Amino acid sequence: MMSEIEISRRGVLAGSAAAAAIAAAPHVEAQPAKALPPATMPVSLTINGKRRDLTLDTRTTLLDTLREHLQLTGTKKGCDHGQCGACTVIVNGERINSCLSLAVQHQGDEVTTIEGLGTPDKLHPMQAAFVRHDGYQCGYCTPGQICSAIAVLDEIKRGDPSHVQADLTQRPQLTSLEMRERMSGNICRCGAYSNIAEAMADVAGVDVKEMEA
Amino acid sequence: MKFDTPAGTNPIDQEKVVGKPHPRIEGPLKTTGRAVYSYENHEAAPDAAYGYVVGSAIAKGRISSMDVREAKAAPGVLAIVTADNAGPIKKQGFYVAKPLAGPEIEHYHQAIALVVAETFEQARHAASLIRVDYARGQGAFDLAAARGGAKPHRRRPDIRIGDFDKAFSSAPVKVDATYTTPDHSHMMLEPHATIARWDGDQLTIWSAQQIIGWARRDLGNKLSIPQDKIRIVATYIGGGFGGKGSVCSDAILAALGARAVGRAVKVALPRPLMPNNTSHRPATIQRVRLAAGRDGKLVAVGHETLSGNLPGGGPEIAAAQTQLLYAGANRLNLTRLATLDLPEGNAMRAPGEASGLMALEIAMDELAEKLGMDPVELRILNDTQVVPGDPGRGSPTDPQSASGNQGKAEEAPLPFSIRQFIPCLRTGAERFGWKQRSPKPGSRREGRWLIGMGMASAIRGAPIMPAGGRVTLDAKGIVTVESNMTDMGTGSYTIIGQTVAEMMGLPLDRVVVKLADSDFPEAFGGGGQGGAASATAGAYAACMKLREAVATKLGFNSADAKFVGGEVRAGNRRAPLAQAAKDGAITAEDKMEYGDLSKRFEQQTFGAHFCEVAVDAYTGEIRIRRMLAVCAAGRILNPITARSQVIGGMVGGAGAALMEELAVDKRFGFFVNHDLAGYEVPVHADIPHQEVIFLEETDPTMSPVKAKGVGELGISGVAPAIANAVYNATGVRVREYPITLDKHLAKLPEIV
Amino acid sequence: MKPFTYERAKTPAEAAAAVARQPGAKFLAGGTNLLDLMKLEIETPRHLVDVQDLKLDRIEPTSDGGLRIGALVTNTKLAADTRVRRDYGVLTRAIVAGASGQLRNKATTAGNLLQRTRCPYFYDPNMPCNKRKPGSGCAAIGGYSRQLAVIGSSDHCIATYPGDMAVAMRVLDATVETVKADGTTRAIPIADFHRLPGDTPHLDNNLEAGELITAVTLPRPIGGTHHYEKVRDRASYAFALVSVAAIIQKDGSGRVAFGGVAHKPWRVEAADDVMTQGAAAVTAKAFADARPTDDNAFKIPLATRALAATIAEGRSA
Repeated sequence: MMSEIEISRRGVLAGSAAAAAIAAAPHVEAQPAKALPPATMPVSLTINGKRRDLTLDTRTTLLDTLREHLQLTGTKKGCDHGQCGACTVIVNGERINSCLSLAVQHQGDEVTTIEGLGTPDKLHPMQAAFVRHDGYQCGYCTPGQICSAIAVLDEIKRGDPSHVQADLTQRPQLTSLEMRERMSGNICRCGAYSNIAEAMADVAGVDVKEMEA
Repeated sequence: MKFDTPAGTNPIDQEKVVGKPHPRIEGPLKTTGRAVYSYENHEAAPDAAYGYVVGSAIAKGRISSMDVREAKAAPGVLAIVTADNAGPIKKQGFYVAKPLAGPEIEHYHQAIALVVAETFEQARHAASLIRVDYARGQGAFDLAAARGGAKPHRRRPDIRIGDFDKAFSSAPVKVDATYTTPDHSHMMLEPHATIARWDGDQLTIWSAQQIIGWARRDLGNKLSIPQDKIRIVATYIGGGFGGKGSVCSDAILAALGARAVGRAVKVALPRPLMPNNTSHRPATIQRVRLAAGRDGKLVAVGHETLSGNLPGGGPEIAAAQTQLLYAGANRLNLTRLATLDLPEGNAMRAPGEASGLMALEIAMDELAEKLGMDPVELRILNDTQVVPGDPGRGSPTDPQSASGNQGKAEEAPLPFSIRQFIPCLRTGAERFGWKQRSPKPGSRREGRWLIGMGMASAIRGAPIMPAGGRVTLDAKGIVTVESNMTDMGTGSYTIIGQTVAEMMGLPLDRVVVKLADSDFPEAFGGGGQGGAASATAGAYAACMKLREAVATKLGFNSADAKFVGGEVRAGNRRAPLAQAAKDGAITAEDKMEYGDLSKRFEQQTFGAHFCEVAVDAYTGEIRIRRMLAVCAAGRILNPITARSQVIGGMVGGAGAALMEELAVDKRFGFFVNHDLAGYEVPVHADIPHQEVIFLEETDPTMSPVKAKGVGELGISGVAPAIANAVYNATGVRVREYPITLDKHLAKLPEIV
Repeated sequence: MKPFTYERAKTPAEAAAAVARQPGAKFLAGGTNLLDLMKLEIETPRHLVDVQDLKLDRIEPTSDGGLRIGALVTNTKLAADTRVRRDYGVLTRAIVAGASGQLRNKATTAGNLLQRTRCPYFYDPNMPCNKRKPGSGCAAIGGYSRQLAVIGSSDHCIATYPGDMAVAMRVLDATVETVKADGTTRAIPIADFHRLPGDTPHLDNNLEAGELITAVTLPRPIGGTHHYEKVRDRASYAFALVSVAAIIQKDGSGRVAFGGVAHKPWRVEAADDVMTQGAAAVTAKAFADARPTDDNAFKIPLATRALAATIAEGRSA
């Protein structure tokens, strides 16, 4: 073990130099592979029922398409790496992280964002339940939570299995445990989880405290 | 308006609107995606260019050369801001680390450049084309190893009362243990983000800022811009927890980038940059020594804490609350600060208490066990209604408070303004079913789960700061209130609206609340759990002035006038409120300022946390089954938003107890797990249904509103309650947070 | 993210040819890991061949009573398949223990096999990493290695394969079917699919350049009770510290593979032989050559205990 560590120490030292070298990549190598011009492509998708025709840098994520090109800023960028769920939208009926999807992958797709679910004057039942149960604080993860919450109730109804299901051959039950497991891809740093569970239970028509028991 | 004597009965006491469970007034905007956060303000800056921050690849040393030619030539790039072309940036303000480094590097991922380009994709890629040569320097990255050079800090002078050593050594029952808490990352869901726009020499930033006044002050000072040329807007803030206490690199660099390209620039910190680029809650090493007689009464209370920081940074004052929580004649309370070259340590939700109680409240549990006493009873027995030994005055536990009021000892012991600590403990024990806890650790098992219950005390300072407000009554009878208070999810919009509605005799839907703009009256902001109390008192002051103006306008004697049901009434006379504004809107502005009540009374919030956990007897995994908080925190302005603050704190405490740790690489000097995959925070599945009970309380020494904050009380004491529950489940005491399964696995019951 | 061009292929052969033809080209399926890494410029493809239209999204019975899972079947769809739930429960359990609902809706069977390590030093381009930049060194050795490999590692790399699905596939003796640029196909046993790091840690698996996964086949069901025990600090949405995929027969015999411990799903067939002797006997064989770090030595007793829990669960089922 000791010798391993010794080796690793040398590795690290070599590495440190290498780290500096990465950043200081020899200027020869730095001569660009003649900076590729950004490739752009036409993309058409239907967002909240409205067809949108865009020409985008191929690198543009679905998330940035919504936020930066269509000013649909309800969908949030929390981590941009699929680690928080704030960017959750519903594409062709399935919730996904819009940060880990390129717009060009969604040619012809139907996208529903938080803006497509309801308006301040006409809230979707899940949006109304979040307001009623204070299922948020800062509000930044909220659109993602709501999109997920709606999708989760559908997934349970459809019978998709989950990690907390005792018997895989049975249909999942509408329990607090099920909802919490399935919502776990949506992080709320303000810690509104308990209230979100109540909002979802409300929409599903069940009592969260009973479900907990 | 000056508040210098305890408040008597006033319009707030009617509690027609205040204290009612009103849903958040901005809820429909937040739930429909219409609440516009800083980076999203397309309307303010439709042509904004995109800035991307480049972080240093080393923790300590110098940039020996930087080649930006390739980046500059990349498609779409408009400008690159570096220390070479940024102009002077002064090192002063709430954060001590420079927002733009070069050539000296103070910490890993410290910003060294901002690349500004037409699109986000172009800026991000061009950022990777900057070539930097570094000369790596020697840094100090190991807190334990830096202990030798640690020093006291003016923010928390040593306290020695009685003869601690003698009392400790001669006591029959004692605990002497060392506890460690790791570095924590705020990890608010909205990254630090700013849009900056210059209109001539006038700078506006739409920026996620908890404290508008500090942001303006620090932005002005750092960039040498007169404050009256700066406007800060932070209408919605996607969480802060102390991490958006003032301007960070996003704001400074957006301002510089916008100046360089002559158009608006927007910058959001990439998530993987945040933990090392911005501040964090510093790690602590804490030694707690408690000694008691066989009756359980504490005779010696010692708490020593060590943390580290960059030069110029402050300590984590983790021992401070220990002076206020329990009685005991002989006391030792030491805070030490070592110099480290890790990223800057600074305020994070309940700075001081959150970390300090993580140590003290395990120690109390250990003492209770040695005494053979119930942990709740031990705490009750050691309650005190005055500050033990009266070490000082004011609220010294709040690093976010600029006051620095260290004060000197008073002659008489300082009383608490109100201290419902015992009722918190008793109510909690009753409601949680504490009786069912087995005092014998490791004795309750359900299938593969070991079950345990734990509790801990909570205390958190209740600071209140001068704050103003401006209220305008229009001809429709709508009152608009303006204040530079912020709402980062804390509920400010709603509780300020409720305060104004109560004062003006209106329903909440007749009040418009406008916050978080430096054009509005100064109201401190969100931090140190001081925002709610301060801003609502400011609104109260403004409303008192408006009431007077309205009464005068309508010909009432303002002393007799009652504002009820949208009317002003006195005797038999009544007039619609709106009538006062029929010739034009009436505006009133005032500020609440304070006398010395906070020096004459120790103002704190109290609580008790109870928790039940299940520990997998095979794998050691820990899952929380039940959580309860009981809080005594002044008038609860809105039980819905206050509950949310507390459950949010409880979730933060669960993270601190069970998973949160910025792992330090002591060779390279950085936090290794610097994203939301590596730095785990609780998810839905970790958190059960949570109960919160608020005890009836008003604190007339605070302000006429008689309110305090709860957001930081909510996290204080949660982690040790969980730790104590885990111990009760397993019989294995872990003193190094977070309590992860590897730390007790080897001592769990043998498997067959 | 470096600029890249993008095309959609119509057939597997066309896709394989397209990638082989263009230097720096890569397949794009769900993208949940590739885009993540492209944003950090850890992956820098110059051309992406999107395979979503290849119609490889079906689960069909094979002639020998097994199942053939199309490469583009999403994690969600695979986990929910009634045949999989009934006959290959370990696979459903492994999948639903991983990632989040959103990610599983997008992630594909093939893509999941190709998921790269979550070693934090691999993820930080400022750090030396032989996997990311061959020859630069390994910062993880001697660094923060709590999550990293305890066995099968080398002096060049201690990364782990982070996924769950493949661990179940390993215990099921699955086979990976591929097509190469020249149109030839081959079947790779899952045991030979992922590599150990050795002195070429930049290679995660044995696919050739431009070789496209078309399907994963499962042999006919072997009965038994199916288990996937995933141990982690937080209750969900976290990578495994250790995971145990096991199929246990009535007589106590069975098979087991471990996740979170090595550069590939870890299964030692000789260890299966001693399943009836209990968990400690199995892990003594499976981890005989372990060389953990101080940070992750706990994974070995943890693996034993997690397997013991699994065996106990199997007994009570």
